[in-house]
Amino acid sequence: MTSAVPRTTPEVVFSARDLTKVYVMGEVEIHALRGVDLDLYAGELTVMLGASGSGKSTLLNILGGLDSATAGTVRYGEQDLVAATDNVLTRFRRDHVGFVFQFYNLISSLTARENVAIVTEISRDPMTPEEALALVGLEDRMDHFPSQLSGGEQQRVAIARAVAKRPAVLLCDEPTGALDSKTGVRVLEVIEHINRELGTTTAVITHNVVIADMADRVIQLSDGRVSEIHSNTHRKAAAELSW
Amino acid sequence: MIRALERKLLRDLVGLKSQAAAIAVVIGAGVMVLIIMVSTLDAVRVSMQRFYDSHQFADVFADLKRAPEGVAERMRTIPGINQLETRIRAPVRLEVPGFDDPVRGVLISIPDGRQPNINRLYLRSGSLPAPGRSDQVLIAEPFSEAHGLEAGDRLRVIINGRLETLMVSGVALSPEFVYQIGPADLLPDYERFAVMWMNRRALGHAFGMDGAFNSVVATLQAGAAVEPLLDALDAMLAPYGGVGAYPREDLTSHRFIMQRIETQEVMAVVLPVIFLGVSAFLLNVLLGRIIRIQRQQVAVLKAFGYSNRQIAFHYGQLTGAIVVIGTLLGIGFGAWAGRGLAGVYAEYFRFPDMVLTVQPREIVLSFLVAAAAATLGTWRAVSSAVSLPPAEAMRPPAPERFTQGWLEASALGRVLDQSTRIILRNLNRHRFKAAMSVLGIGLSAGLLLTGSYQFNAVDHMLDVQYRLVQKADVHLTFTDPSPERAAAELRHTPGVHFVEVYRSVPVRLRNGHSHYRTAILGLDANPSLRGVLDAEHRDLELPPSGLVLTDYLADLLGLTPGDEVEVEVMEGRRQTVRAEVAAVVDDPIGVSAYMERHALNRIMREGPAISGAWLLSDRSRDGELFEHLWDVPRVASIGLISDAERNIRGYIEDTVLLMMGIMLLLAGSIAFAVVYNNARITFAERARELATLRVLGFTRTEVAWILIGETLLIVLVAIPLGWLIGTGFAWLLNQAMTMDLMRVPFLITPGTYAFAAAGVLLAAALSTLLIVRRLQKLDMISALKTVE
Repeated sequence: MTSAVPRTTPEVVFSARDLTKVYVMGEVEIHALRGVDLDLYAGELTVMLGASGSGKSTLLNILGGLDSATAGTVRYGEQDLVAATDNVLTRFRRDHVGFVFQFYNLISSLTARENVAIVTEISRDPMTPEEALALVGLEDRMDHFPSQLSGGEQQRVAIARAVAKRPAVLLCDEPTGALDSKTGVRVLEVIEHINRELGTTTAVITHNVVIADMADRVIQLSDGRVSEIHSNTHRKAAAELSW
Repeated sequence: MIRALERKLLRDLVGLKSQAAAIAVVIGAGVMVLIIMVSTLDAVRVSMQRFYDSHQFADVFADLKRAPEGVAERMRTIPGINQLETRIRAPVRLEVPGFDDPVRGVLISIPDGRQPNINRLYLRSGSLPAPGRSDQVLIAEPFSEAHGLEAGDRLRVIINGRLETLMVSGVALSPEFVYQIGPADLLPDYERFAVMWMNRRALGHAFGMDGAFNSVVATLQAGAAVEPLLDALDAMLAPYGGVGAYPREDLTSHRFIMQRIETQEVMAVVLPVIFLGVSAFLLNVLLGRIIRIQRQQVAVLKAFGYSNRQIAFHYGQLTGAIVVIGTLLGIGFGAWAGRGLAGVYAEYFRFPDMVLTVQPREIVLSFLVAAAAATLGTWRAVSSAVSLPPAEAMRPPAPERFTQGWLEASALGRVLDQSTRIILRNLNRHRFKAAMSVLGIGLSAGLLLTGSYQFNAVDHMLDVQYRLVQKADVHLTFTDPSPERAAAELRHTPGVHFVEVYRSVPVRLRNGHSHYRTAILGLDANPSLRGVLDAEHRDLELPPSGLVLTDYLADLLGLTPGDEVEVEVMEGRRQTVRAEVAAVVDDPIGVSAYMERHALNRIMREGPAISGAWLLSDRSRDGELFEHLWDVPRVASIGLISDAERNIRGYIEDTVLLMMGIMLLLAGSIAFAVVYNNARITFAERARELATLRVLGFTRTEVAWILIGETLLIVLVAIPLGWLIGTGFAWLLNQAMTMDLMRVPFLITPGTYAFAAAGVLLAAALSTLLIVRRLQKLDMISALKTVE
């Protein structure tokens, strides 16, 4: 395993050591993570690549406080996430993490603006829903319900919702997985824009190798382990990507 | 071999077990009520008819002062008479060994040593009095049970002021006394009222009626008209002090049974309709949900070549299984609870045997009614599954369309938080479902209200009756109208604090074609021990002349104050006079007419005669008092009003409360099932959204609020509706329960409304609690992976 050296010495946001996750499914034990060591640095855009079953989603879920590890440590700043209670994890997600999912997970009974508001209402120092939607270029579609938006638009609402709380970290799980290439690129542009403008630490997991080109660092996972980490000397703009 | 589709059916059922169970319980409740009502109704009807037919129950009755036996032959010539028998009816007082309270009774003659031809007796044990014996008496079964009397036991009976010692020869039942109640009593008191039969010759001798009679019973030829026949009998008996012939329908026992049956017929329709209606709705919601989830499975089945009919049948079977389970449950519990109710009826309606069996046709009826409700409920969902083209069904359903409701456009809308918006829009999106939920819960609140209203209203009625109307301790009746000085003697009796006298005259009140047999009670203008109350329950001062009628009676006769009514006096000179209706009063119990006592005396063209008295007594000296009264020959009966109150309260507890208790339980089950099913389905359909909210940092409590808030909102809207529905039900029930015996006041207290609301809230809280437990296990990660 090789460790890439960051260009400067930025602050470590997440730090995972010897992270292990075992699921028991019926009578079968599934080793989703088999000792992962990993640091995420402030402000960087990381792409985690891996085939399905490589453990990338599990890793993201643990980093985001959705799931707990079987063994090992995860620190968010000074906070230990492995030992945290459900309440602490809820608080953590509420205050520090923005999530973007493959299937958008918007609340179908709320308009775009309200889907963002549902997060800003419980956050400490949020931007307004209008600002957040403007960031993703949807200021004209704020009062539309999800059923009135295209898939790409729905995903951008989801990104607005994730960043409106000004999270320390933005975690995106296959954000383009349900979208066509052109729409996917548009969504990636938004993510890139957020990362650059707000300096939000961003991790995107995907099985789409093309997307790795827009990252500062690419972390390759296979079979529950980090198999390779490399830094891109030149970060491609999202608009240059296509698949 | 179980086919694959049937396996799927079984697994689906297992997966839905708690929801299916909740629906089955509501179906069961409806079927149970149906079975209870129909089977006890049948039991009473069949037992009654069988008893009447096999024991030659009379069609016509007439009482008179005294007529020579020769008159009987003339009466038999009246057209339409089939059989006619004369007899002697003697009011008596009794002494039962070991029982201190005064006991009243009636002795009825039977032909020497044999069964009468009309109103034949059913001999439970022992034998008829032996021919020629003058010291043997047959006693009615309830009286024998109340005192443990058997053949061979002895009784001391005062007949016509003379004490006789009689021996019990046997125990019997009569179709004339199925519902056995003493004169002027409101309810059966088996300990203190006895019906007995004795040889004609012996009773004639003891009662001073040798060769004469004072009671007539007759059966009619098929198709004979009753009214002219009654008129003919009246005309013939008038010279002998006839007090009016009357048909079977006016006999207290029969009238009471019929009124009971009518009341129950109303409930037998209304209650099952409510329960099965609610279960139809629940099935609709549940099956709609299942079919939405299984769209793709339906498409695959169709793609493989399953026909529409097979698919409809598959989902039909799912409903069918729930219906069968519910119906079986209902039949089982119905048969069990029906036996309980029949037991209560058997206590009051004395048939030789009341066999309660659940008839096959009742079982078939239950299945049909439940299946009809289920079909109604599931038709739409099943046909939507069947009509789905396979290709379309393969695609997931389009995201639901939402709109902003009017509420949000208002000023209030701007301050709503997003969770509340979710709740409001979900309700707005599923308006039909929400409306039906509101209706279902409203119905159960209505049932709760109807059920508990009875408790309070009956209690209130009894409080009025025994605190404001019947204020005396002891009620005396005299054998004949007596001079006022009889009261003076009573005043000097030890243990008596206060005496108030009254005159009571049997009359028939007639207005046009309507008529009613009752008694006019002549009271002091401002009676102390017997209240006559106006609508506000204040004591009414009796006017110096004119009649005061119970409102029930005034309605029955179509009279209002100021009208004139024809009064046919059934005693003494039997004159017919016209009297003005001076006022109408609000008596909850009995069917009385009142008049100032001296005004009544004037109508009777008599001096200040009295028929009885009410006493305030020193209850610690009751024994002494009764012993003294026992020796006054004039006293026909001694009644203890506190006994009467205890009796009536016991009766209410037995019957009304049993029914209402069952209703409360069932109403609770509806509320629970509706709320639980709704919350379960809302939970299932919103699981992904709820999980998303958890991921976004909502706490469990905040997420639970979305579920609880929706339920709470539905319940809060349903409660006022339930109050409205319940008030309507209570009013209907009140109308149905209006009868001669009593009229439960239409009174709903704030406490009753609160109780109905609390019941629904409790059921809602319980089912919400079950759902919230599921929320604890909500899997955030898997919810994110699935597509809706």
